[in-house]
This record gives sequence, structure tokens and C-alpha cells, in this order.
Amino acid sequence: MPSVKIPKKSTATDMTPFVDVAFLILSFFMLATKFKPPEPVEITTPRSVSSDKLKEQDALLIEMDKNGRVYFTVNVQKSADEGIKKSVIEGINKARNLGLTQSEMNSFAKNTTVGVPFTGLKSLLAMSDEDRLKVKQPGIPVTDTLNNELTTWVATAVSAFQGHKLNYMIKGDNAAKYPSFKGIIDALRKNDINKYQLITDPEGVPAGTDLYKIQEAKRK
Amino acid sequence: MADIDVSGGDSGHKKGPGVKKAKKLSTRVDMTPMVDLGFLLITFFIFTTTMSTPTTMGLIMPKDEKNPKDLTEVKESGALTILLGKNDLVYYYMGQIKPDGSNFQSTTFKEVRKIIQDKKKEVMANYTPSPLDENIKNKAREAGDPNWQNAAKDKDFVVVIKPNEDATYKNTVDILDEMTINDVKRFAIVDITEDENKLIHATEPK
Repeated sequence: MPSVKIPKKSTATDMTPFVDVAFLILSFFMLATKFKPPEPVEITTPRSVSSDKLKEQDALLIEMDKNGRVYFTVNVQKSADEGIKKSVIEGINKARNLGLTQSEMNSFAKNTTVGVPFTGLKSLLAMSDEDRLKVKQPGIPVTDTLNNELTTWVATAVSAFQGHKLNYMIKGDNAAKYPSFKGIIDALRKNDINKYQLITDPEGVPAGTDLYKIQEAKRK
Repeated sequence: MADIDVSGGDSGHKKGPGVKKAKKLSTRVDMTPMVDLGFLLITFFIFTTTMSTPTTMGLIMPKDEKNPKDLTEVKESGALTILLGKNDLVYYYMGQIKPDGSNFQSTTFKEVRKIIQDKKKEVMANYTPSPLDENIKNKAREAGDPNWQNAAKDKDFVVVIKPNEDATYKNTVDILDEMTINDVKRFAIVDITEDENKLIHATEPK
């Protein structure tokens, strides 16, 4: 009896092209993306047509999360003078008579993001670095016009940065309500600061609008 | 096929003991673990990195004028007031609000661009030249604006933005962005008045 031979096909496939694709995508991601900087609060910024890139600079960063809690950060990048951070907290200590110890002030210089009222500042700075990241901060009070604590923070930071160019940046979450934003603007306005930057995600300019026409004209 | 050939270790006894047959090893290597590794790294990079670098949007606010004489005057014919309320709703009125609120209208973010553009066109159409406008034109020409001849035409167009307490930050940035998109040169964020806020609350869907 002649038997029909059924060829045994191997189920193993050649994986080499698959590897090629995987590593191609991998190298694309490695080159095209940037690592997320560690953030104390999660903020989804709104989109805008603005195309100015966020530069590395000395800045006061005011963040606003989705519940309207306000955080204040001192960014020293361009002048690289770390003593500025120290003088900010020393100024706050003096202005509000908080009685901070030297090690508490050093803790601020290490991590300048603060989101507590002045009454809670001492206990926040007394925490260890890990605890500080874990603890839920209630935000700096800004909505009360009589006691806008951000005004003091900004005023102290401005005097600490004397002699350096300082930028003011506001990073807000999509869902944050307007009163917190107004509180931030009021705090800056009281310090005579009328020019600041809002951090946003890029977005394309809609075709047919005036800005689109201007950009087209400039390209030609 | 995709395996390292490891057979042949015990089959080399035909030539007698001590004589080893040269093994024919396959050069094929199993690639599956490498694929696993590749995709693991891809997912790692997707989760830990950001694609787009953040941009910044410059915002210049007017100074806090204590003297009412120094306040900027706005022509009623060129004023458009946009109010922002709950649920991404937009309200607007032209010029001054009528006591009965009859010129108070509601719209959405999608349609507000059309309203701004229409109002801008209307203001530019009603433009009456004045000798002071030469300054504006010259400035625009120096700045390299190809359309400098028309630079002064929209000088009376002012948009007043009034977000109420229910408006979100996204709404505020979106409307500021609308100013950039439509090339509105004069705009201001102003506090909402109580009467206007009442009108918004009355129109809001319950």
C-alpha cells in the first residue's frame, strides 16, 4: 500500500524580520522622545497654537492641579546659583516668622515645590524627602483676596532673584477652575508682574484663520 | 527552523572511537526572546517618555490702574464681550449689555471663532481713517508685516473676556488662543459683574 506522505511543516517561524521591526520602533522612540521630568503633581495642560518652545531658564513655576490646588516652585537653571533658593526660604521665614530650622531650610533648597499654607510649611519641610513626595499637599491659598499667600512667595522670590532675569510660568490643568487662575494672576499683579508664560501643549493652526494667513505670508 | 541544532552529539560513533565527526551546527538562532526584549523596551519607552515638548504661550496683562483716568477707553461699536461659563459654554454680547439683556447670546467654543471673525470684519469695514493711525501703520511696516496697510483698521476692535467661577482653565486658555488665532490685538481678561453672572445662571441648562 503506497502511503501518502503528509509533509510535516514546522510551526516555528523566522523571527528575524520581527526583531528588525521591533528594534526600529525602539530606536525611533529613543530618539524622538524625551524622558518625563519627575512631577510632584499630575497636570494635563491645555493645547494652544503657540509654537514658542519652553526654554531652560530661571523661573518661578506656579502649578495648578485639577482641583485648583496651587503649587509654587523655584527653578534655578540658567544662573545656576543655588544660593538663591536658600535666600527665598530665608526671606519667607523672616517675613512670616515661621521659625524654620537650618535643616528645614536646606530641605526646601533640595526640593522647592511647595503646596501648603504658611502654617503647614514647617511640618512639610521637616519631613523626609520620600514622605514629602507622598504626602497630599492642600495647595497654597490664593482664592482669598485678603490673604493671598502666593503674593508673599512671589515677592520674596523676586527679591531673591535680584540681578537675574526671571520668568514667570503658569502651568495649569485643563479642569482647574478659573478662580484659582485669577488668584495666581492677582498675586502676580500685586507684585507688578504683568508678563508671564502659560505652559501648553502644541496644536496646529486651523486653516483659513487670520493667524494661518499671517504665517503663510511669512513663509513666502 | 528557528532553533539551534543540538542533535548529532551521540551520532558520531561510526568512524570508530576517538574519531569525531565535524558537527554541522545550524546558524539559525531562535529570535523569539529577542522580540520579547525589543517590545518590552518599546513599551518601557512609551510609558516613561513624552512625545511633544511643551510650548509656552506669552500672556501680557494690563497694569493694575488705580487712577480711573488712566483706564483704557473702548469704543462701544468695536467691543465684543465674551463670557465663559459652566460646561464649556460661551456667552457673548456686542458693545454694552442692554438692561433687559436682549443682546446677550449663548454659543459654543466651536462657533465662537466665527463670531470673533465676523465682528472683526464688521469693525474693519466701519473703519474711518485718522491721522494718528500712521503710527500704527509705520510700526507694523517696521515689524515686517506684509499687510501693514491694513494694520490700523482693527484698532477699535477689543475683546473683553470674562470667565465666571465655573469656567475652567482650559476654557480660559482656549479663548486666549482664539485671540491669537484670529489675530486680535487688543483683548483683556476682566472680572465678571454680578448682573452678567446672573444672566449666565439664568440661561444655563439645569
